[in-house]
Amino acid sequence: MKYAAIGLAGAAGAILRYATGIAAEGAGSFPAGTWLANMAGCFLLAFLTAGVFHLDKFPKDLAAPISTGLIGSYTTFSAFSLEMVLLMEQGRFQKALFYFLASAVPGLFLSIGGWIAGTGLIKRRKPS
Amino acid sequence: MMIVHLLLLAAGGFIGSLARFAASTKWNGPFPKGTLAVNILGALLIGILAGAGMTGRPYLFAATGFLGAFTTFSTLNLELAEKVLAKQYKSLILYAVCTYAGGLGAAFAGYWLAKGLLGVLN
Repeated sequence: MKYAAIGLAGAAGAILRYATGIAAEGAGSFPAGTWLANMAGCFLLAFLTAGVFHLDKFPKDLAAPISTGLIGSYTTFSAFSLEMVLLMEQGRFQKALFYFLASAVPGLFLSIGGWIAGTGLIKRRKPS
Repeated sequence: MMIVHLLLLAAGGFIGSLARFAASTKWNGPFPKGTLAVNILGALLIGILAGAGMTGRPYLFAATGFLGAFTTFSTLNLELAEKVLAKQYKSLILYAVCTYAGGLGAAFAGYWLAKGLLGVLN
């Protein structure tokens, strides 16, 4: 049951990532779809993991399907790596470097921000 | 988007996320070796598929669906953020460098190997 839930959530994550890519089409050579999915996923995963999952009302069985399944699958590292290789193949080294920095740096800060926001949510709900 | 596209993405995403779950449960410890392994392996494989010229439905299933779900960017950054918040800077740098250098290197190697091999065979 647990595995089925993670797998189904992972399937939904892959479809949502594909839909994000379609919605972000027309952004030129910058891979806006992958970038958007990755940035949103970084904030959400940290916010949920540090915050929402610890709320009393949250059904604990849904934590792994949402985090490992849905968001883990929504964001991607393989496409990110390949997109940089393809940009470099086209000789767009500056754009490749920009894409790397624009993903790695905000990704980490969004995760830290999501974590801080999540722990803040918990503290407000459970004043100690 | 056609129904068959959705099904291919869903099937790939289903298997990919479960494979990542298995790897991270088995190998993730204080240092997330499981996440590191899936990300590098996934980057290598997508490089090979793209280098071999795979497109269309097979690519949608294997690359966008399976490898997209098998690898992850959010968990990677959550693990990095945890290292920042725990002030484990050495481990942070090591993990970030291994992932980004290893992943990019693997995608590069896979892409050019497949492209080169295909060129020789043709």
